[in-house]
Amino acid sequence: MDGLNIPLNHILLVSSLLFSIGMLGLMIRRNIIFILMSLEVMLNAAALAFVAAGAHWGQPDGQIVFMLILTVAAAEVAVGLGLVLQVQKRFKTLDMDHANRMQG
Amino acid sequence: MSETIWLIPLIPLLSSVTLMLFGSRLKVSQIGILGVASVGIAALLTLLLAVEFMQNQQVIQLSLWTWMEVAGFAPGISFYFDGLTLVMMSVITGVGFLIHLFSTEFMEKDPSYARYFAYLNMFVAAMLVLVMADNLLLLYLGWEGVGVCSYLLVGFWYQHNANGHAARKAFIVTRIGDTAMALGLLLLFTQLGTLDIQTMVGEANRTWQVGATIPTIACLLLVCGAVGKSAQLPLHTWLPDAMAGPTPVSALIHAATMVTAGVYLIARTHGLFLLAPTAMTAVAIIGITTSLMAAFTALMQTDIKRILAYSTISQIGYMFLALGVGAWSAGIFHLMTHAFFKALLFLGSGAIIHCLHHEHNIFKMGGLRTRMPVTFWSFMIGSAALAALPMTSGFFSKDQILLQAYQLPDIGPGLWMAGLLGALLTAIYSFRLVFVVFFGKANTEPDKDTGWRMAVPLSVLCLLAMIGGWFMIPVSEVFPASDGSHPAHWVEYVSISVPIVGVLIAYLIFYSGRLNIDGLVSSTLGRRLGQFWLSGWGIDWFYDRLFVKPYYGLANVLKSEPIDAIYGLIVAINQTFNHWLSVAQSGRMRWYLASMVAGLILVITVAANLSVGVL
Amino acid sequence: MVMINLIVILLVGGLLAILSERISDTMPRKVAMAVVLVDVLYLLICLSGMPDIIHLQAPVANDPSSWLMHFKADWIPAFGISIELALDGISLLMVLLTLVLGAIAISASWTDIVARKGFFEANLLWSLAGVLGVFMSLDLMLFFLFWEVMLIPMYFMIAIWGHENRGYAAMKFFIFTQASGLLMLMSILALVAVNHGATGVWTFSYFDLLNTQMAEQTAHWIMLGFFIAFVVKLPGFPFHTWLPDAHTQAPTAGSVILAGILLKTGAYGLIRFAVPLFPEAALNFSYPAMWLGAAGVVYGAVLAFGQTDFKRLIAYSSVSHMGFVLLGIYAWNELALQGAVMQMVAHGFSTAALFMIAGSLQERLHTRDMREMSGLWQQMPRMGAVAMFFIVASLGLPGLGNFVAEFLVLLGLFQVNVLITVIAASGLITGAAYSLLLMQRSFHGKVNKKWADYGLSDFGPREMSTMAVMMIALILLGVYPQPVLDVAQPVLQSLLDLTTIPTLAVAEATP
Repeated sequence: MDGLNIPLNHILLVSSLLFSIGMLGLMIRRNIIFILMSLEVMLNAAALAFVAAGAHWGQPDGQIVFMLILTVAAAEVAVGLGLVLQVQKRFKTLDMDHANRMQG
Repeated sequence: MSETIWLIPLIPLLSSVTLMLFGSRLKVSQIGILGVASVGIAALLTLLLAVEFMQNQQVIQLSLWTWMEVAGFAPGISFYFDGLTLVMMSVITGVGFLIHLFSTEFMEKDPSYARYFAYLNMFVAAMLVLVMADNLLLLYLGWEGVGVCSYLLVGFWYQHNANGHAARKAFIVTRIGDTAMALGLLLLFTQLGTLDIQTMVGEANRTWQVGATIPTIACLLLVCGAVGKSAQLPLHTWLPDAMAGPTPVSALIHAATMVTAGVYLIARTHGLFLLAPTAMTAVAIIGITTSLMAAFTALMQTDIKRILAYSTISQIGYMFLALGVGAWSAGIFHLMTHAFFKALLFLGSGAIIHCLHHEHNIFKMGGLRTRMPVTFWSFMIGSAALAALPMTSGFFSKDQILLQAYQLPDIGPGLWMAGLLGALLTAIYSFRLVFVVFFGKANTEPDKDTGWRMAVPLSVLCLLAMIGGWFMIPVSEVFPASDGSHPAHWVEYVSISVPIVGVLIAYLIFYSGRLNIDGLVSSTLGRRLGQFWLSGWGIDWFYDRLFVKPYYGLANVLKSEPIDAIYGLIVAINQTFNHWLSVAQSGRMRWYLASMVAGLILVITVAANLSVGVL
Repeated sequence: MVMINLIVILLVGGLLAILSERISDTMPRKVAMAVVLVDVLYLLICLSGMPDIIHLQAPVANDPSSWLMHFKADWIPAFGISIELALDGISLLMVLLTLVLGAIAISASWTDIVARKGFFEANLLWSLAGVLGVFMSLDLMLFFLFWEVMLIPMYFMIAIWGHENRGYAAMKFFIFTQASGLLMLMSILALVAVNHGATGVWTFSYFDLLNTQMAEQTAHWIMLGFFIAFVVKLPGFPFHTWLPDAHTQAPTAGSVILAGILLKTGAYGLIRFAVPLFPEAALNFSYPAMWLGAAGVVYGAVLAFGQTDFKRLIAYSSVSHMGFVLLGIYAWNELALQGAVMQMVAHGFSTAALFMIAGSLQERLHTRDMREMSGLWQQMPRMGAVAMFFIVASLGLPGLGNFVAEFLVLLGLFQVNVLITVIAASGLITGAAYSLLLMQRSFHGKVNKKWADYGLSDFGPREMSTMAVMMIALILLGVYPQPVLDVAQPVLQSLLDLTTIPTLAVAEATP
């Protein structure tokens, strides 16, 4: 495994780039599908950081947390898509700004 | 008899309660019988008591139970009976009985017949408690009790707002005096440790010097109570308005009994007043001032009942004068004779009003002499006694008062002269009434004359008003004896002749017309003065501006609860924050996220800067 | 155990009332009435078993064994919190008043409540249970618990069954009482902490806390916490503003409970806790407290005079009357304290009755605005006569309970401060003014044509018998108040003994 010795910093940089892209997507997209996708990107960015850190320190914890994130992401997609269907049904649109009933 | 003295107030009370509970189911005749008989029995019992008292002169003390007992404060429901009580009880039950009888005819057509007698019986019971009480707190119970009954009866015809107003005015104005009196009770108890009148007076004589501050204050507070109840300056304004009630009520409550309660109070506690010469002088001056003020006002009135009301105020002023100069028994004597002739006059006016379709204005009457003979003679005799013409009952009592006032050092002759002026005015206004109402041409035709239930009380009272002056009231044991000296004879002659002059003046002005005062009346000064007197010296107007309007204004201002505004401020601040924060709560995910990121960046920047600084 | 049973009967009764709604629509009120009557009977039977009830032995305030009843069981021993209930003369009077007025309130709800009857009666019973707990618990934590228990059902009663502006009123009531409750909790915890610091023992028991030694400043602040918490409830000026809204908007039965009983918990708290726990601090504070009382008397009376809403007027009259209670308590001598206790009892009856009349009027006329009334005596003479009775009672006619109370308060107060007495006595005049105005505007006056063909029904047998109970009670209190005074006397005496010892010591120390 020594042929591909990428420094930790690079991976973290990629990870934070991914996270920022995800967050940006979350902020600027209105379509709920894209929001969910952005969320996935952010989750995976975090997961990448964990794996990299685990590899760097030679600890299994990073991979364990990766598994956890994977599970959470799966659950989140399940619930999220369910919500998407509901939103589509109720508001006849996938634009999140139309679903701002919580406004005080 | 002495053991069953408590029955006397109880019987009217029971009758009253019965009428309240079952009045709507009783027949009119039954109500009348119940109402009159209960007072009749009380009067009979009082008569028995009087006979017994005349024989053995024994003071009765009867304690039923201890009202309350707290830390040495233990007033009882207990009665005290002596000559003074006997006089008062006789007046209340005797005159009360006659007035009840009169009422059965006067009120016959009223739909609230039962309610009327319930109130009236209750009044008699409360008044009896007032005069029989052996301690000031029980007296206060009767005192307030008669006040409430007066309120109820003045406002008896409650459908008219004016009556309700008069009733409330009567209650609240007297309540001002009552509250001062209550403070007097507090002071007396705190200082002397008891409210039992006899013990209290004894204790006061042991501990207080004559003329000391505390007895003076205590007595002045009691005087406030008396002034309110007896309609003296400055708390007299309620009495003329209280004429809104049925006329027999005016006769019983606002002439014969309740309004003299103040006189009774001062007479009963005379032991205290002897320690407070200042208070006694105040009583005398209040009395004579009120007497003159009311007499002038009575001259100008046109409403028959208001004339009598002001005359009552004026006559009670004489009683106060008597008390103030230490002529205790003369004051009580005048109280009794006044009860006779004033009840007579009121009942007479009631008969007129009854037969003239509720006409009150004397100038719309006239010529009633032949049409209503019983009433005419009642009025003649009543007015003669009121004017204190020789040999009538009023003569004896008023004469005594004036003579004793004259003998007072320093201010005595002054009081006497003012009293004479009052007597002159009394004669003028009372015979003005007689001449205007009964002589001259008839303006309104009476539809009937009085029935026997009205005629009998009138006749009996006529008799009493005539011969009442020869009664010996058994109060010699109660009050300290006067020194028995007499002023010079000319004083007496002047006192006797003044009322006669007054009647002559009234005759000349209002009957023969020889003395023409039209010019005088229509002059600028005359008109102004007349207006001033007619309005009762503007006192009502003055009080209205000084107390009533500001109080209404205050209530109006405070109505919206300014204190709540402070709490409202707290609420407003919270709402402002709420508003700001709820703007942030837009419901837009992206907005939340952006603010989260912004916040995060802010925190990180600050933390980084700080850590740089630290490092 | 008797005391626990009293509370449990009411709590379980509430559940029964809910369940009974399934049987029939009219069942809950009958069940509720039965439950309260059973409670009264149970209490009376238990009391009759005690020979010395008439001649109550003088209890020593800090020795529970000398009290009429005492019960103690562990609850949270780690913090010294226990289930401690005790009964002495004053508690007994208050418990009896609560149960009697509870029955009256249920009678008031008989036809007034139309929706969710079961839940209403349950709330009523639970509130009563809370009040009984407040009057009997002598563990401060338990006291606080019951304090909250009585308020929450009351909140529901106002919020669900109230009148047009019920939401606002219920919320205001809730916030005021919760804020004051929080203040009380903090004061309790501070007191317990101070006691722990001094003795090293955690205890919430009243009897242990009575002798807590603390610095003057500390005592002052903790006392103030208790004072404000109780005065809000009383309510004293200037913390009274929740009361007119809550009373006006509550359903009749709610107003009866609120005015008749709940206000008394504040006064009870002052007598039982605020003064005895901090005798010196409280008595140093007595002048401000008395001035607040006098201000309440006058302010309440003036505001009552300005009202046009029947219930609001009565609510302000309560402010005025409870001012007398505050005065009586802080004058802190036997006369004034007896007056305060009498006022609590007498005011309970007179105001409850007036609120019932107000409720009956609203039920018939669908308005509380007095400008729409006038001349109602014509159509409802029985109701008018009853109203007259309670109005003269509330303006302090001698021969009725309220007079005895007010006179004793004034008499006790006079020995402490003359000026305050004079101001408070002016409440007698202003009291007459608003009371008679109430009568004039509603029952007297020109007959309002509007109601002529409304077919207004007068009081029926149920209402008359309820009123009769209160009238008889007031007359008895007025002409023979001795039994009540006798029951309260030993307790008040022991409290006075408890609080005068330190001041005596001070007096001796400074020659």
